[in-house]
Amino acid sequence: MSSIGSGYDLSAGQFSPDGRVFQVEYAIKAVENSGSVIAIRGSDGVVFGVEKIITSTLYEEGSNRRVYSIDSHIGAAVAGLLSDARAAVNRARDEAANFKDTYQVPIPLKTLCERLGHYMHYFTVYGSLRPFGVSILLGSWDEVNGPKLMEIDPAGATRGYYGCAVGKGRQNAKTEIEKLDMSKMTCRELVREVAKVVYSVHDEVKDKHFELELSWIGKETNGQHQLVPKEIYEEAKKYAEESLNDSDDEDTDM
Amino acid sequence: MKDRVADFWREDAPVDPVKHTMRPIVTGTSVLGVKCVDGVVIAADTLGSYGSLARFRDIERLMKVNDNVLIGGFGDYADFQHIMKLLNQQTIDDAVIGDGVYRDAPSIHNWLRCVLYNRRTKFNPLWNTIIVAGNTYTGEPYLGYVDKIGVSFEDRSVATGFGAYIAQPMMRRALEENPNMTCVQARELMARCLKVLFYRDCRALNRFHIGVVTRAGCEISGPLSTDTDWSIGANPSGYE
Repeated sequence: MSSIGSGYDLSAGQFSPDGRVFQVEYAIKAVENSGSVIAIRGSDGVVFGVEKIITSTLYEEGSNRRVYSIDSHIGAAVAGLLSDARAAVNRARDEAANFKDTYQVPIPLKTLCERLGHYMHYFTVYGSLRPFGVSILLGSWDEVNGPKLMEIDPAGATRGYYGCAVGKGRQNAKTEIEKLDMSKMTCRELVREVAKVVYSVHDEVKDKHFELELSWIGKETNGQHQLVPKEIYEEAKKYAEESLNDSDDEDTDM
Repeated sequence: MKDRVADFWREDAPVDPVKHTMRPIVTGTSVLGVKCVDGVVIAADTLGSYGSLARFRDIERLMKVNDNVLIGGFGDYADFQHIMKLLNQQTIDDAVIGDGVYRDAPSIHNWLRCVLYNRRTKFNPLWNTIIVAGNTYTGEPYLGYVDKIGVSFEDRSVATGFGAYIAQPMMRRALEENPNMTCVQARELMARCLKVLFYRDCRALNRFHIGVVTRAGCEISGPLSTDTDWSIGANPSGYE
């Protein structure tokens, strides 16, 4: 599958002869094994959807949050090692608080991503540290700049997107997302589509149960990041489940 | 003591110069508060005095901390802005955890007491008196006072500065006559007290905000003003 590091993968402080940093690649592997995380930037906001795979019947619904708020005007969805994710999110919150203390305005998304990317990159150049095993999708909306969506990977690289998927089902998710005309859809419409994508990429065989976590930030929420309200969440979930059943029926008809 | 040359070379000598607040610069005058059956009402005028100069005539001395707590600041305005900044960040930090838990009025009051008492102990006070108004976790109205030397208490009616001498007796009498005062009645009481303060306090202004906290939430309304009649001051006698 992947080439063996054979001695060049012992620390993040080493390159391999063919120019790869294996520790960073292994960190990216950790993200790829996590439950899918989707984010779509619409016309008036950003919607996040997470496939939270449930491994136990004792699990409390709504706990183990995968979406976080960074200073109320930015939302973050995480995939990978969840403890690493918490550390990165705490750092992001500190950066946001310090920025606000100095400049008296909320931190712009791009600035936060650069700072957080810089921080995560720091862990990829020293032999005594290991990289963060997380990818973070960050989104914001404000009156002046509209919606913005960015991704930070374990290497610390930041990229801007209209639609993004990380985790197990990212290939299928990206295919589904590409079919959507995102820039013309509002958050309300996108909430259902995001739910649908998460449900469609969920592998029923390998990971029995999962909980869908949906959050949004946009004009509807007045620029505050929050979990999608219960009624809209239920409606989106129903739409996703029905779409899944419809496509199943289509398969059996054939 | 800090001027001794030997102190300069000590390993635990502070890197930054040690600062001690000596005097307030831009100041706000009285903040009034009264606890009613259905909530709490506080009021403050919008003047930032620069000594005897009425310099900044549209400042906000009442601040909403969260949906359940309001504070009013008397004294140095820069120190009050510092307190507002700390409280705002605290509210955001609480909100992003996303579990619906917030700090109620007694919590904020106690936190302020800790901060202010600590600063006074270091001889570097935040030169303020803060009135904390809001709800407890069970929804009961709460009204607290905390000042620059860390004195802190709760009462049915509170006032800072000149208000303690002029408005407090008015508020206490009103509460005696009407122990079941409502927020609406309290607003009128505030306006009356602020009017008398404008007559008598040389650092007051006839432009103010009124903040009301009830179980439903809190809001700060204003700027408002009262009608005043200065004709009685035209011919004073006995002061020649």
